Amino acid sequence: MYVAVKGGETAIAHSLDLVADKRRGDRDVAELSLDQIDQQLGLAVDRVMTEGSCYDRSLAALAIKQARGDLIEAIFLLRAYRTTLPRFGASEPLDTTRMVAERRISSTFKDVPGGQVLGPTYDYTHRLLDFSLAASGERPEAPTAPADATHALPRVGDILQRDGLLEPPPSNDDGEARDLTRDPLVLPASRPLRLQNLARGDEGFLLALGYSTQRGYGNNHPFVGEIRYGHVPVSFVPEELGFAIEIGEIEVTECDMVNQFAGSHDVPPQFTRGYGLAFGHAERKAMAMALVDRALRADELGEAVTSPAQDEEFVLAHSDNVEGSGFVQHLKLPHYVDFQSELVVVRMLRAEVEKRREQAALAQAAE
Amino acid sequence: MSSDLMIARRQRWLSVLAKAPGARLTSLWQGLGARPSYTVLRRPEIGLVMVQGRISGTGAPFCAGEMTVTRAAVRLDSGEMGFGYVRGRDARHAEIVAAVDALGQRADWVEKLEAAIVTPLALEAEARHRLIAARAAATRVDFFTVAREAGA
Repeated sequence: MYVAVKGGETAIAHSLDLVADKRRGDRDVAELSLDQIDQQLGLAVDRVMTEGSCYDRSLAALAIKQARGDLIEAIFLLRAYRTTLPRFGASEPLDTTRMVAERRISSTFKDVPGGQVLGPTYDYTHRLLDFSLAASGERPEAPTAPADATHALPRVGDILQRDGLLEPPPSNDDGEARDLTRDPLVLPASRPLRLQNLARGDEGFLLALGYSTQRGYGNNHPFVGEIRYGHVPVSFVPEELGFAIEIGEIEVTECDMVNQFAGSHDVPPQFTRGYGLAFGHAERKAMAMALVDRALRADELGEAVTSPAQDEEFVLAHSDNVEGSGFVQHLKLPHYVDFQSELVVVRMLRAEVEKRREQAALAQAAE
Repeated sequence: MSSDLMIARRQRWLSVLAKAPGARLTSLWQGLGARPSYTVLRRPEIGLVMVQGRISGTGAPFCAGEMTVTRAAVRLDSGEMGFGYVRGRDARHAEIVAAVDALGQRADWVEKLEAAIVTPLALEAEARHRLIAARAAATRVDFFTVAREAGA
């Protein structure tokens, strides 16, 4: 017999009120504005936009405020919002060579044309807590130096490619890329589809997988060919116009990773590549993505698939933190009936074991 | 004006206007004074555009993630239609871009719009980029080689 049980409406309503109250916190402390989150917690906004797969700084800031700083919850909120909007189409592919760069480094070429531009990085901080930030105060503006803003930075990849030492990236064959938010993911997936999955994938998961390749689980000897972060225009062809216009500028981080490759019978020894791209300034994410992208090419490059990071099904099916968090957290929902049936089974099994034990004891006593 | 030239000019102003801060465009637009009236053909609508990247920056395209975009369409009483597409969710921004696009197709307005709105916004965008590049340039590494002392 199935008995529907209802209840908890008041408890749920009061729980939501309590969340709202906790979100506001002590009323004597000033309330956060979305601009403050955007400007002063900008890297959190970048992560939420990247994994929420929706570039909109103020929406991401709102999601962070609503989620009380729980970034995975904020990502979920942004993903849910995007499903309510119509799709106008796909942009022209970004031309990151035209980036107005805030940072561009290469760890393979010291004297890369355009130079090593550090930009805003934590790499050279000592990771000591700065107690001067505990107090608010005037902060100085960053220094400037003469620069040519119109000068495009040449790509490290193009330089290596010229000598045939580095594989060229797969070329554009059939125009617009397939989109896994439109078509379900089918394995084996093409590299563009894998990259889309990784681009919205959880940074922590990709970081752990990337790290695992460095520790020997599918190692491919990576070097940072180039990392750049800065501003790029987004071009789009509205159907009413029929010509491309730039509809805005966004910030992105890209990482072109260069990896050793011994060659195969078709290809002489050369360097191969993995690629990472993220919204905003998200270097750790872009690097981890590039490591995992390269690891997932094992099959294509004739390498033995022996490690988790090389296993396409494992990686692509578990990279999404909205899906993962949903499935893990659904365990909190009532499973009373499920559990009741398991309880009946376990009791029955225990009774049987007990009975057998008693019979064995009786038989022993009788001997 | 030839149609190719017209397209090139529309491309330029639509791009410059879309990339400008919405509040700045609004104030320049209001500063124009009396403007011909227009009918809104499509009320500003918020949607998404899938941003594509390229593998290793230059290879095959892939879907990198979406961005919010607002679009609007207007028609002047004299018949010209204008379209606005702007990143983000600022309805006013999209509508003003559409209105400027429509007006810009009129010979009696194009130069005035260029001088009062498009050129100033283009210069301001260049200045923003120059500041970014100048701050980045201050963080460029100057390598120097430490020469060994003779006999060391």
